[in-house]
Amino acid sequence: MSSFLVISIIIIYLAVIFYVAFWAEKNSKSIWVNNPYVYTLSLAVYCTAWTYYGSVGLAATSGLKFLTIYLGPVIIIPVWILLMKKIIRISKGNKISSIADFISLRYGNDRFLGALVTIICVLAIVPYISLQLKAISETFNVITDHAINENSIINDTTFYIAILLAIFAAFFGTQNTDASERHKGIVTAVALESVIKLVFFLVIGIYVTFYLFNGPSDIYDKASVLPNFEVQQTINGLEDGFNWFFLSMLSMFAIILLPRQFQVTVVENQRENYLKTVTWLFPLYLLLFNIFVIFIAWAGNIVFQNQGVDADLFTLMLPLKNNHEFLALLVFLGGFSAAISMIVISSLALSTMLSNNLIIPYGFLKKYSKGESKQNTGSIKKIRRVAIFSLIIVAYLFYKSFTLDWSLVSIGLISFVIIAQLAPSFFGGLFWRRGSSKGAKYGIIIGFLVTVYTLVIPFTIDSQLITTSFINEGMFGLSFLKPYELFGLQIFEPVSHAFFWSLFFNFMVYVLVSVNKIGSYRERNFAEMFVDSDKYASIQEDAYVWKGEAYVSDIRKVLTRFLGEQRTERALNLFYMKYNIDNKIQIADARLVNFSEKLLTGSIGSASSRILISSVVKEEEISLMEVLNILDETQKAKESNKELKERDKQKDEFLDTVAHELKTPITSIRALSEILLEDDTIENKVKKRFLTSILSESKRVNRLINSVLGIEKLATGKEKLDLNNNSVKKTIQKSIDVVSQLAINKKIQINSKEINEVELMYDEDRIQQVLINLLSNAIKFSEETKGKVIVGTRINQNKMEISVEDNGKGIAQDELVSIFDKFYQAKNQTILKPVGSGLGLAISKQIVESHNGEIWAKNIKPQGVRLTFTLPLNIN
Amino acid sequence: MNRILIVDDEPNIVMSLEYIFKKENFEVFIARDGAEAIGIIENKLPDIVLLDIMMPKVDGYQVLNQIKSNENFNEIKIIFLSAKNKISDIELGLQLGADKYISKPFSTKKLMKEVKKLLK
Repeated sequence: MSSFLVISIIIIYLAVIFYVAFWAEKNSKSIWVNNPYVYTLSLAVYCTAWTYYGSVGLAATSGLKFLTIYLGPVIIIPVWILLMKKIIRISKGNKISSIADFISLRYGNDRFLGALVTIICVLAIVPYISLQLKAISETFNVITDHAINENSIINDTTFYIAILLAIFAAFFGTQNTDASERHKGIVTAVALESVIKLVFFLVIGIYVTFYLFNGPSDIYDKASVLPNFEVQQTINGLEDGFNWFFLSMLSMFAIILLPRQFQVTVVENQRENYLKTVTWLFPLYLLLFNIFVIFIAWAGNIVFQNQGVDADLFTLMLPLKNNHEFLALLVFLGGFSAAISMIVISSLALSTMLSNNLIIPYGFLKKYSKGESKQNTGSIKKIRRVAIFSLIIVAYLFYKSFTLDWSLVSIGLISFVIIAQLAPSFFGGLFWRRGSSKGAKYGIIIGFLVTVYTLVIPFTIDSQLITTSFINEGMFGLSFLKPYELFGLQIFEPVSHAFFWSLFFNFMVYVLVSVNKIGSYRERNFAEMFVDSDKYASIQEDAYVWKGEAYVSDIRKVLTRFLGEQRTERALNLFYMKYNIDNKIQIADARLVNFSEKLLTGSIGSASSRILISSVVKEEEISLMEVLNILDETQKAKESNKELKERDKQKDEFLDTVAHELKTPITSIRALSEILLEDDTIENKVKKRFLTSILSESKRVNRLINSVLGIEKLATGKEKLDLNNNSVKKTIQKSIDVVSQLAINKKIQINSKEINEVELMYDEDRIQQVLINLLSNAIKFSEETKGKVIVGTRINQNKMEISVEDNGKGIAQDELVSIFDKFYQAKNQTILKPVGSGLGLAISKQIVESHNGEIWAKNIKPQGVRLTFTLPLNIN
Repeated sequence: MNRILIVDDEPNIVMSLEYIFKKENFEVFIARDGAEAIGIIENKLPDIVLLDIMMPKVDGYQVLNQIKSNENFNEIKIIFLSAKNKISDIELGLQLGADKYISKPFSTKKLMKEVKKLLK
């Protein structure tokens, strides 16, 4: 294919991607931009060009091992979801914009730690970006049948593509100074590319498996006769098992710790429940992506047997060899998509880290503490843009000078091992309060050095095809220092070996240093907030312990330097409203200090924002114990405060109910009395009816008042029970007699056949009150003529159970308990009329409980509700 | 003859209202809940409705919504007659389109005056 044609297609393709990103930014509220599918697909930035070409290469040479890279993430998905929920909550709550910021904040806004993590990430990822550029360049050369043009940048298409990508990332990645804000344009474009790369890969997989061959079994049959086939496709005993295990574990760490994964999963997350879709869609995506890998690899091995074709390029070479140039072009575009989404997201994530955790905290704080908001935000954006360009250009130069001979997989895996060095401090920080910043720093440094010694150096030497005594005999000829067999450990392949030792040292140092050196109080404060994130999420700014002297005006000045007058004003007003603080207050408290630090974190990183804020406040040292005590107290105070408010609300509602219930009879009394008073012509018969009504309404008022008072008296123990031996059967009969008129009116039967003849100690008047209440409720809730009320008793252990059931509509499941609450009104009762005084059940409960009994409600089948109360057989 | 519909589930309140309006030569209809009220409104097309809010099944707000959503009922005047007398309740009632909101307990004289004023 002519390079002109391919370049034109690339340009059109990039134009489409740019347009999609642009459209998504413009329509940032559209459902096409904000949905769990776009989110999940953007996570597939995990599948890079390495997946596209490298897995096939690996599968062709070492069989199924490529699967570990995808198996890890799939196995870990359930745990991943839980972890991510926690991480996302913490990050959103603190405006964290990268993994470096996350770790730095957890260990007490540690500036050095943030910078260290940034450097580790850059060292791990820049070669990885070069790898993507290499993939683009090589495949471009293959498809255009172009000879490799050594060292001429001007003629290298890849260089221009790299520049275009840098422009793309810089334009859409720095719209906002606050890096913790989402980048919808980039994410939508990446999601689209994830679809493209998968579809094209499936197309080529189907083409190879079913067009070039007659299905999977055909390929298998032909491949299985090739030499080495057996060896490749089996796991050889324990040793290989270990290798598999560690490679899977490595990829589990990668899916969480890779900067680009943190970017798309955490920073770009809009809603927590998007994770639900990830649970099934992401494993499915990885599965689909891998389904044809092994067949393409086998097919390549069959077709290109002994022809010296690079296995990494099988995917592309298979259609080319059969003169299907269009298909080859699809493969190229798929791989191109995979590469550019990785480059864009990685450079975005790294540039944020570089600016917020390295360049600003170490180089620009002084300048920013004097600058105006416009200059400062402009400068922050500029730093990020320059960082993006530098990263991509350095990666390009790296590819030009080093990576030509390295296979895709090996660089990818080295990169994973380096990133894995963040694991102990990251996971430790989430689950272990004692994990300290010193431990984290030393652990990461040691782990990194071990990786360099056991993997990076020997690998570089290997790739230059030089044999040195270093690898074969160890440093200084000491055999236990052999980089691939450190301390004589021989069972692992180089990557697993390096992974094992580096993490072993990293972890041990992290734990030992943390145990021996207690971190500062600030560290422990954040440790509590991270480890117990659920508990502290609700108290937000209150979870931050701080003592000292600070003035709002000073803090405001700092905020204004970054947010400008307007946004600062708005943010502070929100804060005052949230905590109900007078906005003229002059002295700042811990909450405002923490709130302001968070406000700046997204723009300049957590360490810088802490340094800036603390430069204008006077902080006092507090002891660790004090921090923990204060945290504990705020937590408790918050809870009891909530309870108080809830009770207050209930009391108001109760008063409303009582007032309403009092007004109803009074309305009748007033209206009827007015008529009687003013109308002299009224008939005697009517007059009598009116007066009867007035009388009965007055009684109703009295009853209600007694109810309200009764509840209070029984509750406070002011009224004593009149306990006597009584017959349960007789008491029930008496109660039924009282309500029988009600039942007759509604033509409802009351069945009381199943009643034990037992004598018990109780206050008959009171228990009768309970029964009358339950019976009249049952009658009220039953339908006319169809209704049936059943009263029954039962002896259960040492208690007598007395129950009243109806066949009405029943009670909503979530209200079965609350109907006994003193302040309860059935949910719709503010609208729908409460029955009786609305207090009957609360009083009944009070009476039963003062007899040491219990009362509960339960819905029964097919319909209706049964209310049961118990009386102890021997009451004391 | 003016036609009035009284919607309330309290028999004694209904009794008093029925008496005073019959005495003033109204044709009086009575509904004990919202569902019944809607039926009567459709069949008898009253000139004015005295509407309680808290009622079983269909409440007063719902009845009002039904009336307001049907053009045929444009001419019907509506007075809320309710024991709910918080300012927010009254505002809500008037916002929904009631012509008047009178709190319980009410003065029969004043009620009569308002009804006549609305029917002029």
